[in-house]
Amino acid sequence: MATEAEIYRGLNEIFSDVFMRDDLTLTPALNAKDVKGWDSFKQIEIIMASEEKWGIKFNTRELDALRTLGDLAKMIETKAG
Amino acid sequence: MTDLHWLPTHPDWRQRLRSLHTDPATAWDNAVALANVRLNFVLTNALDEAVRRIFPTGPETLSTKKVRLAVLGSSTLAHLLPGIRIAGLRRGIWIDTYENDYGQYLQELSDTDSPLHAFKPTAVLVALDAYHLTAGVTSGMDAASVEAALTEMQDRIKEIWHLASDAFRCPIIQQAALPLHLPLLGNNEHRLPGSRSWFLTRLNTALRTMAEQEGVDILAVDDRAARDGIAKWHDTALWHRSKQEVSPTASPMYGDLVGRWLAAKQGRSFKCLVLDLDNTVWGGVIGDDGLEGIAIGQGSPLGEAYTAFQEYARELSRRGVILAVCSKNDEANALEPFEKHPDMVLKRGDIASFVANWSNKADNIRAIARDLNIGLDSLCFIDDNPFERNLVRQELPMVAVPEVSDDPTGYPVALSDGGYFEGLSVTDEDRERTSQYQGNKARDAMKAAVTDLPSYLRGLEMELIWRRFDKIGQQRIVQLINKSNQFNLTTRRYTDEDIVAVMADPNAFGLQLRLTDRFGDNGIIAIVIGRLQPNKDLYIDTWLMSCRVLGRQVEPTTLNLIAQEAARLGAKRLVGDYIPTKKNGMVKDHYAKLGFTVMASDEAGGNRNILDLMAFTPAETFIHVIEG
Repeated sequence: MATEAEIYRGLNEIFSDVFMRDDLTLTPALNAKDVKGWDSFKQIEIIMASEEKWGIKFNTRELDALRTLGDLAKMIETKAG
Repeated sequence: MTDLHWLPTHPDWRQRLRSLHTDPATAWDNAVALANVRLNFVLTNALDEAVRRIFPTGPETLSTKKVRLAVLGSSTLAHLLPGIRIAGLRRGIWIDTYENDYGQYLQELSDTDSPLHAFKPTAVLVALDAYHLTAGVTSGMDAASVEAALTEMQDRIKEIWHLASDAFRCPIIQQAALPLHLPLLGNNEHRLPGSRSWFLTRLNTALRTMAEQEGVDILAVDDRAARDGIAKWHDTALWHRSKQEVSPTASPMYGDLVGRWLAAKQGRSFKCLVLDLDNTVWGGVIGDDGLEGIAIGQGSPLGEAYTAFQEYARELSRRGVILAVCSKNDEANALEPFEKHPDMVLKRGDIASFVANWSNKADNIRAIARDLNIGLDSLCFIDDNPFERNLVRQELPMVAVPEVSDDPTGYPVALSDGGYFEGLSVTDEDRERTSQYQGNKARDAMKAAVTDLPSYLRGLEMELIWRRFDKIGQQRIVQLINKSNQFNLTTRRYTDEDIVAVMADPNAFGLQLRLTDRFGDNGIIAIVIGRLQPNKDLYIDTWLMSCRVLGRQVEPTTLNLIAQEAARLGAKRLVGDYIPTKKNGMVKDHYAKLGFTVMASDEAGGNRNILDLMAFTPAETFIHVIEG
């Protein structure tokens, strides 16, 4: 059972590993335009690191529907909850 | 499993990565250390980015050859490059990489003005994806058409090799096809000529034959996927999304397969497997359990698992890997199973350098390298004991130390998956190597110890947790008292009743000591029984300790506790006997080493020792003592 706070903590670690920065503030509205270097490959890294971290798997439709960090956090909460 | 399970984890890895740039002089060595950790693909990418920021073109001087690797393929490859570069770093090798523009490998190979030619590769990896390799093959084809398609594909691959070889005159490695196509018939897929799945099986066989003829090497991802499961290597949804044939999660493993090939090409594979003995090569402790007591051979699942590991080690030795032994033991005890146990697969003659003593293992491994006259960086050391592994890792970072559990079934897997002994060919000389080393060597006397043990011990965060004898510990106490042979001053055996009597006696104490450190709990490792005499001497009736914790300052710390308990009972002096047996020669001078005065020695080799408690100052050690 992962709470919203735990999910954001986990995502924070993933983002700091993926982008090698410790200064990102993760908000539900954050999206690829807000972070330098967040391209489709980084997107895959974030997704796969999340899958690994919470032991879950996203399908193609779910991935296509992702727009913001909040979408991702909500989906993790649904799957890992 | 595509994770690098044979590498240890590192608690401060992220911090160390962040501070990598602060000291350029040590940055490379520190980066090599960070690469020798169980990294997933995200951390692999992070390390790669940091290292390339510090060294845009690699360090200026290196003992290894820099590599310029061109990766040529038909699908997305960029995500594989950090894993390859970090696998090089793991082995101290700087790798620059180049990938062709998407799908353009043939054009770039043919065009001498292309960026590929400008890159001037010193090694080429041909990584064609399974979809590309089966293009045009369908189940509707008859056998003759499939045959033609197979020949055509072989010719196309050979053409790539020839183009690359003519242009760059460098080693080439061909990635085997990943078996990712689904069967159409099922079990008897081979009866459907146009099956893509069967086509790739045949192509992979043909590739190996061709590679032999053309002097090309094979990157056996097909074998690897057979072990790990294809789903660990290929994610179909990801293929549809980004044309990545190899899943990013498998990229560190993919990179390591390439890295070990490049290292082998430079002659930098490991050459010698150094074996611990107790609980690594057999189950149990030979000095305590004796020849009959150790687990080896048929009859028990554990014994069979150790046999299987010995067989794997012997197979390695028969193809040219040198075997050595590094064990904390009396030499005579350590040799006994090799000479007398009928179920031992490894014989004394299989071991080129045999070191069994009570010195620390880092020094003994140095001695083995000197003895065999090979570099420390060609030794791979396997030991079930995390203390020993980490000591060697800290003292000798160039020695490979695979991370293993206490389950011997994992030992061959760790050695194999780690790719330490990656070989490219086998010669007759390889097959005879062990005997050569045995014939040539002359054992040098051990050089003075140079290991910085204090700093290692300090970093261990050891805690000695002591309790008086109690019901909970009773079973383990009796077991240790009746089992311990080596570090046992008096070898007195006691029953449950005897232990209960100690608990009830106001003029005696029994201590059970547990040692923990940052690697875990070592369990009850020492037992002491003290008895106050009418003359106010405290007689140390029993003092025994597990040999696992030798050399960790447990002895002086235990003495501090004994002195404290003796003072509580009103004692003025400590009296300790050494009673010799066949197996406890290692503690002959135990009391003298701790500052006791030898009062008497007898003909059998025993001695009696006295310590004046008034003049005793507790030793300072790195062990934190708590009652609990």
